Amino acid sequence: MDHSQNRPAYLQHHFSDVTQQAESAKLGMWVFLLTEILLFGGLFVAYSIFRSWNPEMFYNAHKYLDVTLGSINTVVLITSSVTMALAIRSMQLGQKQKTLALLWSTLILASVFLVIKYFEYSHKFHLGQLPGKYYTFTGVEGNNPHIFFSIYFVMTGLHGIHVLVGMAVITWMIIKTSRNKFSSEYYTPLELTGLYWHLVDLIWIYLFPLLYLIG
Amino acid sequence: MTSSNSFLQEPKGLKSWLVTLDHKRIGILYLIGISVAFALGGAFALMLRLELLSPAKDFVGPDAYNRLFTLHGAVMIFLFIIPGIPAALGNFVLPLMLGAKDVAFPRLNLTSWYIYIVGMIMALVAIFTGSVDTGWTFYTPYSTQTSGAVVMMTMAAFVLGFSSIFTGLNFLVTIHKLRAPGMTWFKLPLFIWAIYATAIIQILATPVLGITLLLLVLERVLAIGIFDPAMGGDPVLFQHFFWFYSHPAVYIMILPAMGVISELISTFSRKKIFGYKAIAFSSFGIAFISFLVWGHHMFTSGQSELASMIFSFLTFLVAIPSGIKVFNWLATMYKGSISLETPMLWALGFLFLFSIGGLTGMFLGTLATDIHLHDTYFVVAHFHYVMFGGTVMAFFGGLHYWWPKIWGRMYNEFWAKISVLLVFVGFNVTFFTQFIMGAKGMPRRYWTYLDQYTRLHGFSSVGSLIMAVGFAIIAVYLLHSIFKGRKVGANPWGSLTMEWETSSPPPVHNFEKDMVLTHGPYDYDKVIPRDN
Amino acid sequence: MDSTGTLFLPPGSSTIAGDVDAVFNLILYVGIFFFVLVVGLAAFFVFRYRRTETPGLTSGKDHNLKLEILWTVIPSIIVVIFFVVGFRTFLKMNIIPKDAMEIKVTAQRWMWAFDYPEGANSINELVVPVNKPIKALLSSTDVIHSFFVPEFRIKMDVLPNRYTMTWFEATRVGEYDLLCAEYCGKGHSEMVAKVKVVDRGEYEAWLEKATAFDESIPLKEHGEKFFKTKACNTCHTNDGAGSVGPTFKGLFGHEVIFSDGSKLKVNENYIRESILDPRAKVVMGYQPVMPTYQGRIKDREIDALVAYIKSLSE
Repeated sequence: MDHSQNRPAYLQHHFSDVTQQAESAKLGMWVFLLTEILLFGGLFVAYSIFRSWNPEMFYNAHKYLDVTLGSINTVVLITSSVTMALAIRSMQLGQKQKTLALLWSTLILASVFLVIKYFEYSHKFHLGQLPGKYYTFTGVEGNNPHIFFSIYFVMTGLHGIHVLVGMAVITWMIIKTSRNKFSSEYYTPLELTGLYWHLVDLIWIYLFPLLYLIG
Repeated sequence: MTSSNSFLQEPKGLKSWLVTLDHKRIGILYLIGISVAFALGGAFALMLRLELLSPAKDFVGPDAYNRLFTLHGAVMIFLFIIPGIPAALGNFVLPLMLGAKDVAFPRLNLTSWYIYIVGMIMALVAIFTGSVDTGWTFYTPYSTQTSGAVVMMTMAAFVLGFSSIFTGLNFLVTIHKLRAPGMTWFKLPLFIWAIYATAIIQILATPVLGITLLLLVLERVLAIGIFDPAMGGDPVLFQHFFWFYSHPAVYIMILPAMGVISELISTFSRKKIFGYKAIAFSSFGIAFISFLVWGHHMFTSGQSELASMIFSFLTFLVAIPSGIKVFNWLATMYKGSISLETPMLWALGFLFLFSIGGLTGMFLGTLATDIHLHDTYFVVAHFHYVMFGGTVMAFFGGLHYWWPKIWGRMYNEFWAKISVLLVFVGFNVTFFTQFIMGAKGMPRRYWTYLDQYTRLHGFSSVGSLIMAVGFAIIAVYLLHSIFKGRKVGANPWGSLTMEWETSSPPPVHNFEKDMVLTHGPYDYDKVIPRDN
Repeated sequence: MDSTGTLFLPPGSSTIAGDVDAVFNLILYVGIFFFVLVVGLAAFFVFRYRRTETPGLTSGKDHNLKLEILWTVIPSIIVVIFFVVGFRTFLKMNIIPKDAMEIKVTAQRWMWAFDYPEGANSINELVVPVNKPIKALLSSTDVIHSFFVPEFRIKMDVLPNRYTMTWFEATRVGEYDLLCAEYCGKGHSEMVAKVKVVDRGEYEAWLEKATAFDESIPLKEHGEKFFKTKACNTCHTNDGAGSVGPTFKGLFGHEVIFSDGSKLKVNENYIRESILDPRAKVVMGYQPVMPTYQGRIKDREIDALVAYIKSLSE
């Protein structure tokens, strides 16, 4: 096959040029993010339905969530989104060391988020505020308070899994960056990671008020 | 035209197939997967019909029967019919039709296949470790209480959902970004439009199934109480969630079939497709409405009358774009030059059966009659007329149409025609009787039944055997043709879509040169197709 | 009212059956028309335009506005008509007459229990007077079932967490099948009850009998009758054959092993406990699926069943 001679190494054989490859990747990522939103969408619907059926129980139960820790986590996650965005910006400018530093910051902030989440979870486990049949806590007034905690754990748990996946991908990006795989011309994987990470952040921004603030 | 390096020959070795990024090989890998699933699901169906020969215990008792119908449904839907046309045939022909060298994300494509295989293995593990007797619909609270491998089977469906999402995503991006120069949106083959509409449903609906099945698993493992009435949950909520996916899912199954039929009817009538835009847009009409009709599965569930009314009305709207397609196909045949080669016979079979399937849907969309017919054999028959009479007929039509492109060899036309006939007759004998039984009041999912249905059930069972013979013949002559079939050139049917412009089988990178569109996909009024 | 049924439909025996059948037949005839149109045209075109020689260029006509409007508008009008007639009949099917007699229907795996306003109750046999609207108040004690009487053209799901309801007014005396239409497990296909439609006088007589206990008949014969009417025979046999539950043949006096490993020689108290609290002791190898009969069975009826089960060990 005679491809034109100026094909960079990162251009896959079936694309005709760099723009086509980058645009395809971005479109694919946006579509993927759409599926993620729909995945969580199902849970948001479940949340709304059970909340409308048991408004008082939801209100009483939500008081047992720690607003301070939740707020700190919100700030942590938003900051990590900023460092992620800055990391991409640095790569656009070709500043590899700065990119690495910012990616590391994002990774560390993500870990801080999970550590705080761990403390929140273990406190609830200790009190018996567990999902479903393991629920033993007696302090919440209203019908079936275990449902609130079921929804809380499923939503934040699924979100937590997404944070973990994000951390794995960021780690991979750190490796690729330090191996000089990216440049100011080619940094699509970094951009996609950024898109994904912003989505994880965005979902938390919805989860936090729904669960912690208004119950 | 002979090609020195077809994708079948190069690279060599089993390993080269298992790590291939070539969409054509991945298409064949899918074809193998879905063939296994089809054989398995078909075997389950035969066992069901065997048991139903008489009201007595002919073959298996209630426990085994309940597992068999669950497995028949789950295997056929999740492992055969959803990936059937898009992932197997679509993978092979989509880039070829676009004049592209591959799909946008070849590695994701292979990953999808492996996810599919993992899902299939999980389903098999579920079958052999306690099995499942919930029905493919997994209705709560039955599914949270019954014993067996429900968690494994549910997780299998969950995993398979990801395979489907990734395939849809891949195709959508491919269609957007990898069309050959000159191939504008309205120069796309209609099969591509259908795959595009399908991809949208796969992307929008499947994640909701994912979360629903995940909640079902958590319900079983942790008793989270979302769907369990004993814990303050609501089993009907599960039905809403489930059908929000599973209704659009039937369009994931039928839309690609309609796309295949558009190709077949135009090619074998050698006539410009009538109402190109109407056919293309009606796919989107169907895709859009499909998200708004899930409640028609629940007219007897105790949902409010207002909800039932709205869902009934929206359901009827689906009839209009479907009808438009049928009329356009007929108009395409008008004044054509119709050749009755095997793929066209499947397409005509489709027209016959799908018309019955669609029209009987009217009885089920109508509130008053659905109350009587819901959950009876009438629904079973309707579903099979649409899914088998529609999708499976189109799948086999497409398979016979593209078979020479895949292998560069032709099957035996005589046996192919015999088997279309057997499948067509067998199908009608099997399922038309079920319309009658259902309207008379025979509920579905019964392992034994009242005496008055004995004759009709016996008739239906005989039909299934006729079908089985037809499929057995197909398996034999298709496999035979791979090795011994007559060699064919690039364009044996005289089609104008781009996949016929490369050799059969195509070279590794699809085309010997960069493709540029020179004529529309159906310009039979301007271009006489070259036979080779 | 049609009393023989058609090729498709069974005889209609309720006040709404005629309306439902009219809608069904309307769709059927319109459907047949369109089917013949489509398949007829396809067959005609295949014959008329069959390929006889190597084809050249064919007509490029690919649109015809009038035709396209026609085949969009006509089906649209037809489906709107279907929707409207279907909805109107549906409303009629859903408006329960004020003077309806309410019968409580309880579905459980795998039987139907009926409680009548006069205090009587029955199992797997719903006795109702003819020409009287009956409201069935439905609930389930376990999974979802569905209340389906084909000849009345009614169906309603029976849910575990809430009440649903349906109604019918039978127009002809006779026996009709009541089937479970929502899959509920092993005994789903056998969850079939009878609806006995009788005239007013016969209904009164049945009520009288249902609430009384005829002491002139030997207990074990009563028991033999209850074995069927209380639906024991759905899951137990009286001839030693296997089923969902242990057979009654030779059960009495026989030692059984329970799922917790303990043993017991079957006696009167064990039988009584198994009827009222079936999951207290479950024989090894069987699933704890039997529903309780607490509140559905009288002491004399238990006596009769015990006598009957005893007689099966003699």
